[in-house]
Amino acid sequence: MVENKKEKKESLFLKAIPYFDKYGILLLLLLMIIGLHLLQPEVFLSWRNVTNVFKQISWQSMLALGVFIVIVTAGIDLSVGSIMMLSLMVLAITSKAGAPWYVVVLIPLVIGMFCGMFNGLGITILRMPHPFIMTLGTLYIFRGTGNLISGGVPISGFTEEVRLLGNGRIDLTWLGLKESQYLPVSVVLIAVVFFLMWAFLNHTRTGKWIYAIGGNPNAARAAGINVNKILVIVYSLCGLLAGFGALILAGRADSGYPNAGLNAELDAIAACIIGGASFFGGRGTVLGVFAGVMIMGILRNGLNLNDVSAFWQQVLIGSIIVVAVYVDVLRKDLGTRK
Amino acid sequence: MFSSNKIILEAKNISKYFGTITALENVNLSVREGECLGVVGDNGAGKSTLMKVLSGLYKPSRGELFFNGNKEVLDSPRDSQNLGLEMVYQDLALAGNLPIGENIFLGREPTKNLGFLKILDYKKIKEMSEAHLDKLKIHVKSADQKVEELSGGQRQAIAIARATAFNSKLVIMDEPTAALAIKEVGKVLDLINGLKKIGVSVIIISHRMDDIFAVCDRVTALFQGTNFAEAELSKTSRDEVIGWIMGKK
Repeated sequence: MVENKKEKKESLFLKAIPYFDKYGILLLLLLMIIGLHLLQPEVFLSWRNVTNVFKQISWQSMLALGVFIVIVTAGIDLSVGSIMMLSLMVLAITSKAGAPWYVVVLIPLVIGMFCGMFNGLGITILRMPHPFIMTLGTLYIFRGTGNLISGGVPISGFTEEVRLLGNGRIDLTWLGLKESQYLPVSVVLIAVVFFLMWAFLNHTRTGKWIYAIGGNPNAARAAGINVNKILVIVYSLCGLLAGFGALILAGRADSGYPNAGLNAELDAIAACIIGGASFFGGRGTVLGVFAGVMIMGILRNGLNLNDVSAFWQQVLIGSIIVVAVYVDVLRKDLGTRK
Repeated sequence: MFSSNKIILEAKNISKYFGTITALENVNLSVREGECLGVVGDNGAGKSTLMKVLSGLYKPSRGELFFNGNKEVLDSPRDSQNLGLEMVYQDLALAGNLPIGENIFLGREPTKNLGFLKILDYKKIKEMSEAHLDKLKIHVKSADQKVEELSGGQRQAIAIARATAFNSKLVIMDEPTAALAIKEVGKVLDLINGLKKIGVSVIIISHRMDDIFAVCDRVTALFQGTNFAEAELSKTSRDEVIGWIMGKK
């Protein structure tokens, strides 16, 4: 009888593992939200602060999502921050030159995609031994190019249409809310882009093949999948998302500036890792990336609200990366047989 | 058992050079319908190169391939798959992070239309793979189980299931029992005998005489990239085949 009970308890625990695996990171996010709310009950969950967090993570989340699909293929893209900066600079120059708004809006996306494609082709055609090397090179190349074309000085002042994604507001007064309680366009954008990426990765063949390549590239090749083509698509998509980030940042900052996206690639990688993506490829979810981005955003916001120094923020984010991955290691010991 | 006289695959005078290295020189090979052919040879004898030529992974430097009597030129493994030839690689070529069903259909996933979009049909993947596993008498908890959670023998079985899921006529297996526990070897050999019964031809590369003598109808030996000897299994012995591998007749 007693043994039976124990068995039942244990199997319940084992049954809970996959759910913990899937949603554990959301639990951490929830705990952080509750904790910060208790510390700052007036401010933290106020409309103003919550929309602020979303606005702050808007362009970072695009970079993180791009880096995520690259990490799923067991690759890495160190150049996303530079791609975003170059796209932003080209956008600023085009805007300054007086191009119509739809050209200014499209150009960072095109530039971003081509930069990503350049990475992808370098990794596949030039057969670089590891994506780390190719994208480390382009990290310098793209930022240098951005500085060359802009002369290394900020270019400011964009039109309303260009700034819409990063700075636009959706009025909610028709819902009976106050005028200050608007919905930032970037919040909607994050939701739409993350949903589309989730659908792409989980419900299309190409998405499934991206996971398969991360799991075992030889298996993918043997299954007749054109691995190089998929990799070029993945890096192009990553670049496109960085271009999207540039467009959002243009709206938020109203300026193209040389330091845009500096070290942003590391934040993007950190968000993926915190969100449970494996560096060895084939593992991780879009929801996890969202949680990872949110955790980093909320942590920074919450620490600022509580007047904690920026140096402590660095220490804490670093610690979360290590702890999150250690929890993952423990989980794997439980879950799979080797 | 089912073996007819219809030749399903024939390779004629295949040569393959890598730069100055001669991997294969004028090699001939043929397989009949429902037959199991064992290919033996020492390391570097050219077995794996020959199989990669047959499956379209390598292009032969010289020589011709005939499927069902028709001459074919293979540009990629996809081409040989379309002709009904499947390869089970030694490293099994399974993605451990994906479930069994998705591995079986990897690269050829059934989809359904959602407007103009094609989305994966997970229900069909699960149903079709479970039906196929049943047919081959492969027992797993569920087709949703991830491959990395399976034992070596189960993985081998899944790799074979994958190779036969699309009505293939010929399956090439590279060392199918090399990495298996002893009690799992028997199950895999049973599976191969089962394939022969439903008319599927099999080519097995193996170092293990036990495997060759348990399932093959005929055995052929390569030595230093050339045909060395060949015999019906009933007309040879283990010692003779071991001699062939070492280059002694």
